[in-house]
Amino acid sequence: MSHTYNFAYLDEQSKKMIRRSVLKAMAIPGFQVPFGGREMPLPYGWGTGGIQLTASLLGKEDVLKVIDQGSDDTVNAVSIKDFFRKTAGIRITENTPEATLIQTRHRIPETPLKQGQIMVYQVPIPEPLQFIEPRRPETLKMHAFEEYGAMYVKLYEDISKHDRIVTAFDYPALVHGRYIMSPSPIPKFDNPKLHQSPAIHIFGAGREKRIYAVPPYTDVISLDFEDYPFELETWEESCAICGSGTSFLDEIITDDKGSRLFVCSDTEYCRKNGKKEA
Amino acid sequence: MTYMPGEKPYPLLSVRNLSKFYGKTMGCHEISFELGKGEVIGIVGESGSGKSTLLKCIAGRLTTTNGSIFFNSSYGFIDLCRTDEMLLRKIIRSETGFVTQNSVEGLRMTVSAGGNIGERLMAGGMRHYGQIRKIARQWLETVEIDAKRMDDLPSTFSGGMQQRLQIAANLVTDPRIILMDEPTSGLDVSVQARLIDVLRKLVARLSLSMILVTHDLAVARLLSHRLYVMKDGRIVESGLSDQILDDPREPYTQLLVSSILKP
Repeated sequence: MSHTYNFAYLDEQSKKMIRRSVLKAMAIPGFQVPFGGREMPLPYGWGTGGIQLTASLLGKEDVLKVIDQGSDDTVNAVSIKDFFRKTAGIRITENTPEATLIQTRHRIPETPLKQGQIMVYQVPIPEPLQFIEPRRPETLKMHAFEEYGAMYVKLYEDISKHDRIVTAFDYPALVHGRYIMSPSPIPKFDNPKLHQSPAIHIFGAGREKRIYAVPPYTDVISLDFEDYPFELETWEESCAICGSGTSFLDEIITDDKGSRLFVCSDTEYCRKNGKKEA
Repeated sequence: MTYMPGEKPYPLLSVRNLSKFYGKTMGCHEISFELGKGEVIGIVGESGSGKSTLLKCIAGRLTTTNGSIFFNSSYGFIDLCRTDEMLLRKIIRSETGFVTQNSVEGLRMTVSAGGNIGERLMAGGMRHYGQIRKIARQWLETVEIDAKRMDDLPSTFSGGMQQRLQIAANLVTDPRIILMDEPTSGLDVSVQARLIDVLRKLVARLSLSMILVTHDLAVARLLSHRLYVMKDGRIVESGLSDQILDDPREPYTQLLVSSILKP
């Protein structure tokens, strides 16, 4: 079927337009660049932003990895991989170091990223200030004038209600000392992986039609208070499959009597780590 | 006006020849007055007389059509109508306070009372939670709200409490000027009395400089040193509060004063 579509589905003009937005986003780290979002053959909320980015960035030599909630083989990941296998005919992998482009929803792989790799994120809500200030023209000004006090109000409310910052995903971060960015729904566990990362991180919001980026070796600092510093989530358990004590764990309920298992959310890392231990 | 450019000492605020038109409709026209430090002036007049328009222009919430608003800010004696937006917003946020008639506009209703007071502090760069809490608690006590209510949403507060919370949220950064737009309307008289009490205490203790817009002459008399009477977008009479209220000169002011019910 691939002959009926242009390479990687999108037409070349659209790709060009998206690449221009990507370049601008790379030049202004953390700044949300508007782009002319195209209709894609999947519904909003399923990764239309990420898939447009991937389509515009893919070359024939690229090796693609797609993860969904850390997993390589859930419906969303499998479908997107299928889509690009059909429309671009490129090589697909699950092996993180081998991939040149990784489209993700919710996770950054546990295996450290390296220079030359591109992470593409599917973003539902690109505007970190939206929850505190619903007016778009106002949030634009707040970004432009670096008026970020309101962002701390959200963290303040967390502490006053729960005695700690309970924001666990989409945790706001300051990029390159200038723009506050919503790092898509990755767990805050992954926020430190963005800081001074050698890889390129590009975020695409399809419904909101915004692209923003973290270029390689850029500061990404998670917001916090002096007396309530940014903390990572920790688990008392280790992964039930591979035994890792350092990766992000998912809780899996195994029966209706309350039995549960904790396993790595990054399935590829878990598989490799398990082999190493065995 | 008495003030000439370059003349010192500067007044806190000097409004000169200010006009605001909504298309062809006049909001306020050729308004000039000055406000000294520690002074409270009242602007009175009936609905539609342009008093809220005037106040919103001073608060930077409306762009003016003509004229100047010189403000003695920490960035110098500058014309707010000709300041770039970034600086204007910074000055408005930290050096002026604006208490609205409707507290829904002035407060974040989905954020706790403490968060509302803390916002200006955090906007100013304070990043210590404990310190923010401490200051917020002090301000709640100052405006006579039980500190136990600090983590409650303003939507659970009574109208009078919401107004007092708004005042605390504005005063927390120690602004040079407070602008109040009908702070007592919509409150019953005993609640009004308490709010006025709190305001009088604050004015005396902190020697606040304030512009108070109200249609309630009793409130104006209790709080303000000087009064400006507005009608159809223009100032028709001005003077000391007692003088204006006890011995009005203009027919319109006489009408206004005689319209008050005396129990």
